[in-house]
Amino acid sequence: MEGNISMILVINICKEKLHYLEFVKPIEDTIKKTGIKFNTKHYISINSKDLKNADKIIICGTSLKDNCFIEDIKRFEWIRNYDKPVLGICGGMQIIGSVFLAKIGKKTEIGLFKEKFIGDFLGINAGSEEEVYHLHNFFIELPKGFLKLTDSKIPQAIKHKEKLIYGTLFHPEVRQKKIIEEFLKI
Amino acid sequence: MDIAVLFSGGKDSTYACYMARKLGYNVKCLITLISKNPESFMFHTPAIELAKNQAELMDIPLILWETRGKKEHELKDLKNAIKKAVEKCSIEGIVTGAIESVYQASRIQKICNELNIECFNPLWQNDQIELLEELIKNKFEIILSGVFAYPLGKEFIGRKIDKQFIEDMKVLKQKYNINPGGEGGEMESMVIKCPLFKKRLSFKIIDVVGKGNSWRGIFQ
Repeated sequence: MEGNISMILVINICKEKLHYLEFVKPIEDTIKKTGIKFNTKHYISINSKDLKNADKIIICGTSLKDNCFIEDIKRFEWIRNYDKPVLGICGGMQIIGSVFLAKIGKKTEIGLFKEKFIGDFLGINAGSEEEVYHLHNFFIELPKGFLKLTDSKIPQAIKHKEKLIYGTLFHPEVRQKKIIEEFLKI
Repeated sequence: MDIAVLFSGGKDSTYACYMARKLGYNVKCLITLISKNPESFMFHTPAIELAKNQAELMDIPLILWETRGKKEHELKDLKNAIKKAVEKCSIEGIVTGAIESVYQASRIQKICNELNIECFNPLWQNDQIELLEELIKNKFEIILSGVFAYPLGKEFIGRKIDKQFIEDMKVLKQKYNINPGGEGGEMESMVIKCPLFKKRLSFKIIDVVGKGNSWRGIFQ
C-alpha cells in the first residue's frame, strides 16, 4: 500500500483459462470503473507478499463443473487470521465457509431469483427483495461466527459477526454490482 | 480441451470462437440451430443459411440442427444438437457468445449441467461499445443482417460495423436506449471476414424484407 492508494487483490479460482473471462474479468471491469488499483492472481500462485500488499480481497467464483478449489482448501487457511476485508463470490463464499469449517451441501440453482435480505448487506437494506443471478451446484451451510443475511433456506449472503468477511452465493457481477462497489468503499 | 461453439455466424459467436482458439482450445465443431420461427427467443435467424459457408472458411465441421423455434421446445432441440456434438466430436464443453442475456445464458448453462459438460461464455458482461471496438481492432468485418427496433430501418441492412457505426450507436443508446451490441434483439449481424476465415465470405443481399422497424436481409 502506498499512502492512501488502495489495492485490491482479485483471486481467480478458475481451472479453465476461458472461465477467467466470465467470472473474473467482469469483476475487474467493475473495479476499473472506480479507478481503484487491483492485482489479479490465481489462488495457486498467491504468496504472503500479495496478501500483505492488498487492502481488500475479492475471491471470484467459477463454473458449475469446476470444483477443484475445494480439494485445495488448505491454500486458503490465511483467511481465518486475515484482518482486512474479504468478499467471496459463489465458489469464493464456499471457500470462506470451508475455511471456517462449515459443511458443503448440494443444491443446483441457475438463473434469476428473488432473495429477501433480513439484514443490511453491502448497500442492500434489510427488508428489501432483490433480483440475483444464481449459478451453483453446491452451497455452504452457515459457518460458526457468521450471520445469514437472506431469508432463504440456504445462506445466500453471509457476514462474519466481527470481521469484515462477506460472502454471496449469487453473482453480484451479473445482478447487484452495487455490492462489489460498496465493498470497495469499506 | 475439445469444445464446440454455438455458432450463428454473427459477431458474438464468431468472436467467442476466436477467443477460444486464441486461448488454445480445440474447436472440434460448430453447432448451428436453424429456427423455422423468425421470432425465435433463443436463436439468431437472419442469414443463418450462410453459417455453412462461414464454417467452411474456418475449416471447422458444422452440425446443423433444425428447430421449429417454439419457446422452450427449441431448448429440447438445442439439447439434442449439443448431445450429438458430444457423441460425434467427444467435446467436453460448449462456448457461447452470450453477453448480457440471462435468458439465453441460464438455459444453456442448465443444458450443459445436465449433460455434464463445461459451459463457457467468454464475452459475458462485456461492455457492448468496448466489444464493438475490440472487434474492429481484431480485424473483424461485420455487417448487419437484420434490425428489429425503432428507429432502426431498412437502410441499416448490410451496413458495416465501423467507427462511424459505433459513434451512431452511442447516440442511439442515449436517445432510444438501443443496446449497441444488439443483445436486446435490436439487431443481428453477420461476419464476412475475420482472422479465422481463409478468405472473405462471398455473399449477395438479394432482398430486404420486413416493415416498420423490423427488417431482415435475404442472403445468397
